Amino acid sequence: MSSKFQNRWWGWGFRSAVMLYFIILIVLPILGIYGQSLSAGWQAFADNITEPLAWKSVQLTVIMALIATVINIAIGTMAGWVLIRYRFPGRSLLNSMVDLPFALPTAVAGLMILLLLGPQSPVGHWAEQLGFSILFHRPAIVIAMVFVTFPFVIRAVQPLLEELDPAEEEAAYTMGASKRKTFFRVIFPNMLPGIVSGAMLAFSRALAEFGAVVLVAGNIPGRTLIASVYIFGEIESDNAAGAAAVSVILLTLSFLILWLVNHLQSRRKTA
Amino acid sequence: MRRLWIGLTFLVFALLLGAPVVRIAMGAWDEGWRGFANGLTRPEAVHALAMTGLIVAAVTVINTFFGVIFSMYLVRAAWLGPRLKKLLNSIVDLPFAVSPVIGGLMIVLLLGPDSALGGLLGAAGIKIVYALPGMILATLFVTFPLVIREVMPVLQEIGTQQEEAASMLGAYGWTTFRRVTWPQIRWSVVYGVVLTVARSLGEFGAVLVVSGNILFKTQTATTLVYQDVENFSLTSANAVALVLAAGSVALLLLMEWAKSRQKHV
Repeated sequence: MSSKFQNRWWGWGFRSAVMLYFIILIVLPILGIYGQSLSAGWQAFADNITEPLAWKSVQLTVIMALIATVINIAIGTMAGWVLIRYRFPGRSLLNSMVDLPFALPTAVAGLMILLLLGPQSPVGHWAEQLGFSILFHRPAIVIAMVFVTFPFVIRAVQPLLEELDPAEEEAAYTMGASKRKTFFRVIFPNMLPGIVSGAMLAFSRALAEFGAVVLVAGNIPGRTLIASVYIFGEIESDNAAGAAAVSVILLTLSFLILWLVNHLQSRRKTA
Repeated sequence: MRRLWIGLTFLVFALLLGAPVVRIAMGAWDEGWRGFANGLTRPEAVHALAMTGLIVAAVTVINTFFGVIFSMYLVRAAWLGPRLKKLLNSIVDLPFAVSPVIGGLMIVLLLGPDSALGGLLGAAGIKIVYALPGMILATLFVTFPLVIREVMPVLQEIGTQQEEAASMLGAYGWTTFRRVTWPQIRWSVVYGVVLTVARSLGEFGAVLVVSGNILFKTQTATTLVYQDVENFSLTSANAVALVLAAGSVALLLLMEWAKSRQKHV
């Protein structure tokens, strides 16, 4: 009896410890940053946001992330399709390479792009002769974002293509539909949910990216300074309020996207 | 048509993934073996790599332990209402949506020298921010969902029948876990661990903010790469980056191997 009683106390204490760990590690920091940025009132928050450099960095981040996402939708849909539908030598090698950007440290990814596109490299040299520069300019930001978010669309599209019932396609062919028509009327609608959720995750990841971008963007305030690097700069110069305000904007945007993705996925499951 | 798509895919992979990896593998040898060896054996690199190893070890142990227990609670615990479980479940994903820099900022705001809690701990002589504990905390924050997201679906799939049978036959909680549950979730835990190791090996933004990147004290391998680049010593940066890249590629291959093995069994 007494051992059972002890056991229950033990269990209760253990549960509380685990929940406390969760609250301290995850919940408290997130609440803390919202609290910190709003602690001096709305006016101070608004001032921190509308500070020209801060606002410009947020704008730039959103635009660059959008461009990177569009590029990813195109190449991700294509690669997902090719890797599932075609059999060719080197296919499984390509398939395992897809996850490489997730595995590589972002600082290493940044260094790779820096070395590949720098002015001493053939690509950088060639671009300069054509009269534009990539490194330390906006194209480098987009390239870094595309690299880091590369797997999202592919990995979201692949399972949907695998699940797709061949009977649907065959039915379309037997009814005389052309290849092109079958793709756009039968296959593509089935891929679309994957493309959308993969693209949203890629967009949210691109918004948050720091390591790869900080090394290649040059970080010129107002021109190539993205939001996460702006936040880092504000922390370094001891302006925690400014950093927190921009963080809240980015966080809220990412949370909304995450919520939307979960919402879409759960709706798809029940449908 | 078919040829065109396959060719295009190869081109994209070669340009976007192949070229950078080849470049970094070659770049480390720009100054020959000596340059590479010097980049790795300089004292700051040795210290930074040791620091990274320490963080990886600590984070992997803590994160795996809490991750497995937390997944059990989220799937099985009767003392959590279904609504609360749903809420907790969606909170688990939040670190994925948080920029690493912001994750670091959160810890600085909460436990930094200017905060109430940090001041209190500082008075007691415990330093968290700009020291190892803060860096471990930041990495724990970033890696929190990894084990849970691997283990939870498996727990949901296997159901409770076997566990109930075991406890009906008189097995205690721990025995049930060890003999019935563990063998079924083992592989998903391994995946979670591999992902955790890879992520904590490469964590940069959060650690940079929390550590202050102090040479010989809180510098990790990734923040050393960053500092080398800022100092324009690209070859040294390259040597350290190559080691990190090799580590993460090895982990990726390990994961592929484990997955293919599990499929065959």
